[in-house]
Amino acid sequence: MEVDQLQRSFVEYSRLLFHEGFLDGQFSQLQLLQDESNPDFVLEVVSLFFEDSERLLNDLTIALDQQNVEFKKIDAHVHQLKGSSSSIGAQRVKNVCIAFRNLCDEQNAEGCLRCLQQVKQEYLLVKTKLEALLRERHDKRVVHDLNCGFIFQLEQQIVAAGGAIPMLNEFC
Amino acid sequence: MSAIVTETQFHVLAVDDSLIERKLIERLLKTSSYQVTAVDSGVKALEYLGLLDDEDTSPDSTPVSTTKTHHEVEVNLIITDYCMPGITGYDLLRKIKESTSLKDIPVVIMSSENVPSRINSCLEQGAEEFFLKPVRQSDVNKLRPHLMRTSGKRTEDHQPNKRKPMEECMLSPDRTRARYNDDLEL
Repeated sequence: MEVDQLQRSFVEYSRLLFHEGFLDGQFSQLQLLQDESNPDFVLEVVSLFFEDSERLLNDLTIALDQQNVEFKKIDAHVHQLKGSSSSIGAQRVKNVCIAFRNLCDEQNAEGCLRCLQQVKQEYLLVKTKLEALLRERHDKRVVHDLNCGFIFQLEQQIVAAGGAIPMLNEFC
Repeated sequence: MSAIVTETQFHVLAVDDSLIERKLIERLLKTSSYQVTAVDSGVKALEYLGLLDDEDTSPDSTPVSTTKTHHEVEVNLIITDYCMPGITGYDLLRKIKESTSLKDIPVVIMSSENVPSRINSCLEQGAEEFFLKPVRQSDVNKLRPHLMRTSGKRTEDHQPNKRKPMEECMLSPDRTRARYNDDLEL
């Protein structure tokens, strides 16, 4: 049945992202906060993350391009990026931000530049994967609409029975 | 004094400069059926609480009188980020505790950084809880006892000192004040 297939591929893909460390338990928490009354919660938060991150990465690029690098300013931007990536469960981005802040403390401009490249890479990776995941979910929702809430009920039941779907990070 | 316990929702004021964090905390609070007002700075919070009008900037300012009418909306709990540009969460906490009208409102601090001295000073200043970010449902569940405790008018018997057992809340081992004994998050 189509529903099952979509369900399985959504689960498989989530599992993969958790296993590879792109997402951590916090992403599961976001999924738990999504329900019929807030069906787009994850999408909304993730979209905010994309906007926020792109702005911050841009600001960081400019800041590191200056003659006189202002490490305090850079640290403030990275702190924000660390916060938002942590809030959505983008684990690898968050980890690079932690290293980035240490380099700011050391006032290591070259190190910071390298870190910026790394954080951009990680961001693009997680962005691609999240977009794919959300597409899966969107497709699932289309079928859901056609099946009068069957999928949501299915997922809710799984979550209610112990959260097997969202807690996949424990298997990493 | 009716026998019916009013089902008025508790109203929480959330303060955080990050839009994502505000969205997250708002959703978390709403799943607990709290009414939420979210603002993006300590200054806006003070404004909302009516503390900006005649409060001078001196840190030693004496508690302000409550003759001014600021809001009909009651705030039952304030949850604020620690690190914010302008007024920090700590400053906000202090100003609230210095205010005669607002000092009894429970205040909770959130921070992405696990700094024992920071946690201690917030608790000493009167914060009820200190949550490490990202804040989770289990943290938000800890708010209820604080809300119940200070809502004397919501119960039939006006006994503001009547408390529900708070042991689980205070001694929770995971994410709040005991947390700083664990290894640093980083």
